[in-house]
Amino acid sequence: MTVEETGAGTLVAEPTTEAIMLADRVTKEFGGLVAVNAVSFAVPRHGIVSLIGPNGAGKTTLFNMLTGLYKPTRGRIVFDQTDVTRKRPDLITGLGVARTFQNIRLFGAMSALENVMIGRHARTKAGIFGSIVRRPGVVREEQEIRDRAHELLRYVGLRESLAEQQASHLSYGDQRRVEIARALASEPKLLLLDEPTAGMNPQESAALTSFMHKLRDELSLTILLIEHDMKVVMGVSERVTVLDHGEKIAEGQPEEVRNNPRVIEAYLGKQPD
Amino acid sequence: MSELRAQLSEWRDALEARLPPWWLRGLAAALIVIGIVLPFAFTQDSGFLQATIIAVAYAVMSLGLNVVVGFAGLLDLGYVAFYAFGAYAAGWFGSFFFFKAKIHLLSTAPAADIGIHLNFILVLVLAAIICAVAGMIIGLPTLRLRGDYIAIVTLAFGEIIGVVARNGTDIHIGGGMTLTAGSLGISAIDPPGLPGVYKFNGLNLRPWYWLILAIMLFVLFCTIRLRDSRLGRAWIALREDEVAAISMGIPSVRTKLTAYAVGAAFGGLSGAFIGAYNTVVSSDQFVFGFSILILAMVIVGGLGSIWGAVAGGIALGYVNYWLIPQVLNTLPSKVGLNFPLSEINYGIFGFLLLVMMLLRPQGLLPERRRRLEMTGEVAAQDAELTETAA
Repeated sequence: MTVEETGAGTLVAEPTTEAIMLADRVTKEFGGLVAVNAVSFAVPRHGIVSLIGPNGAGKTTLFNMLTGLYKPTRGRIVFDQTDVTRKRPDLITGLGVARTFQNIRLFGAMSALENVMIGRHARTKAGIFGSIVRRPGVVREEQEIRDRAHELLRYVGLRESLAEQQASHLSYGDQRRVEIARALASEPKLLLLDEPTAGMNPQESAALTSFMHKLRDELSLTILLIEHDMKVVMGVSERVTVLDHGEKIAEGQPEEVRNNPRVIEAYLGKQPD
Repeated sequence: MSELRAQLSEWRDALEARLPPWWLRGLAAALIVIGIVLPFAFTQDSGFLQATIIAVAYAVMSLGLNVVVGFAGLLDLGYVAFYAFGAYAAGWFGSFFFFKAKIHLLSTAPAADIGIHLNFILVLVLAAIICAVAGMIIGLPTLRLRGDYIAIVTLAFGEIIGVVARNGTDIHIGGGMTLTAGSLGISAIDPPGLPGVYKFNGLNLRPWYWLILAIMLFVLFCTIRLRDSRLGRAWIALREDEVAAISMGIPSVRTKLTAYAVGAAFGGLSGAFIGAYNTVVSSDQFVFGFSILILAMVIVGGLGSIWGAVAGGIALGYVNYWLIPQVLNTLPSKVGLNFPLSEINYGIFGFLLLVMMLLRPQGLLPERRRRLEMTGEVAAQDAELTETAA
């Protein structure tokens, strides 16, 4: 890992208990290309925040920085009052950030259940020798992992008969469900969903919208999502952040954002006066 | 052809439906019992028993490499390094080679002998530890690499170990002692045994066979337990999708290094056994072809499949040490050709691998996951579906 100057001075907004995730002037450059340019934003605890923007706006790049897959070129990321700017992704998951991927990344050769069991990795600790001799603690832990995984699959609405199915054989909608269950298995405080409704029909999208509310209320999660479906964005989010060409162009209540001329311009092009 | 296949799989399903649920366990237990009584069917020094011992030792290596390549998906082409470390452990800690020292610990060697002489169980433990550490050291530079590049780096390490073994005669470690004896070989390695009670010898091969069978069953047990554990799942997750795995909280460095260490330790156990069995450790044994042989065993058996690794190791071990040199060796001369068959054994191996890849690419006893992957038409349709939808 290269150590670079973060270039971050004081935070734009001081970390408070209100904001669970804070990005402070985060920049990511790939060679000469600036994918994300000095973006600052905060995700309030227990909120549902949407990140929107045209294709190539840098949304997924920002997600990858928040989860540690990319290291920001400049800027600072704080999660739950811990600086996670250069932390390893698995440690960030351990702190309580979980995510899904834009183009579903399940472990295709494993069953739906095993996928969710993997999600428990950060919350369990069986080691090599314990696993070989099957210490009582390890056996108990293994049973707990399995029970919890079953429970989560039920929670996201996967039919019981599909739990032992190979993940890559599941239908698209079911794969999305398993991916969310796998993310929930790590007991996150913040859940990042990357285009969760991509490829879903309107009924499925509506169901997912209400499921997100349920998640937030029942598991007291905070949800940050990237979404293209405006109906979902307007229906679910309390705040919306708009990115375009790697820069934040607008932020606020869904209604304000929808009527913001810069946002309309980014999506539809400049209107002739 | 496809009709025949459909018919066959139908029969297999019908058969599986009729068998009691414990039949696989029963089969495994029966095989182990047969394995234990097997040597009584042969004379104490039969050539077949000799080949069987080596075949089982190879199955142990195959099990070890399967952890690295099959479970964790790290293509290791330098596995010969652990054969070398294991065998040298047997040489260093069970012969007069370090002649300035005089350490005896429950060894079968006469008490007056110079050198380090440890009990063979201790030698096995030391071999496993040395190999686990070596495995992690070799693994370290590959951590940031993927696929083919891992193969290149491990291949180079395997070669380095071979060259060091060859030139070890020039590495002086003080008192006129050197690191290895090069191609001359470190010999007479102490046979295993209980000091004062019984000592293994070359005239009765049965105890050797039971010893390596016990080692294999131990390694088999460990691999099965590990596969079905949190760690085993993490290895497979890393193999399937590294980005998703680390996003789910799996520390990639530590998990990969454990795979390297475990695989290497098993190789070391087998290497130490082969060293003691041959009674000599010479640098000529540690060639690149050996790594490929073990890899071929894992692939023929079915990548990632534990029983496949055992079957592949034993099958190729027999082909290499019994079928070609002992059974079919005179075949060419019978048809008027003037060479022993063992001279083209690599050619035969290549041919067998090719046939295998064409007829049964998933291996002899494929892992459940891979079997599904390779036979499912559903999978193909689903892949198309996700692609158009995403």
